[in-house]
Amino acid sequence: MPTSIDRDDVQRLMGEGAQLVEVLPPAEYEEMHLPGAINIPLTDLNRDTTAKLKRDRPVIVY
Amino acid sequence: MSPRAAWRLESLGFTQVFDYVAGKVDWLAGGLPVEGNLADLPRAGDVARSDVPTCRLTEIIADVRARVQASDHTLCVVTNDDGVVLGRLRARALRGDPKALVEQAMESGPTTTRPDDPLKAITDRLQDARVGSILVTTPDGRLVGLLYREDAEQRLGEAPG
Repeated sequence: MPTSIDRDDVQRLMGEGAQLVEVLPPAEYEEMHLPGAINIPLTDLNRDTTAKLKRDRPVIVY
Repeated sequence: MSPRAAWRLESLGFTQVFDYVAGKVDWLAGGLPVEGNLADLPRAGDVARSDVPTCRLTEIIADVRARVQASDHTLCVVTNDDGVVLGRLRARALRGDPKALVEQAMESGPTTTRPDDPLKAITDRLQDARVGSILVTTPDGRLVGLLYREDAEQRLGEAPG
């Protein structure tokens, strides 16, 4: 079950090498996103588009 | 969206999945840096003053008045223990019965704006309404600060309207 986290947790996990994924539409991502985040819109979330994510590192979605 | 995305990632076999439910707005509310085309656009949260006095429903006006007088502000924001905005006490209410409870004297449900709202748009609204300030809160109603129109105009390099 995914774990819900807060802002402090995000910063801590980012310091530990977590991967940030914004799942909003591209236009919103282009306007503004968290530092280092990649964009995989929810509508495009599948095995191919997530292949670039490392499975041995935490993944944070927002 | 993010909860569904988190579950989807787990269905794809990812085992370390975290959901930052509060998202970008919360990140901005924390004054943290962002990237993107509009990253440098001034926003309400950039100018909001976080030192605005706060008080609780069960306090009396006399105590709140003293707190406001000791601050750089002329109003007090009524919040609960979680920082959620419940109301506002402006100068007229603070001049009232000193033994009255905050709950009796306050204005409920003041207008608010979000920390990520573009400062130009907010300033235009304040100028059109001839209002001097507006409260800035997170989407779940927690106080971020008080945005003064004068501060916003100064940040935008505009002449006071």
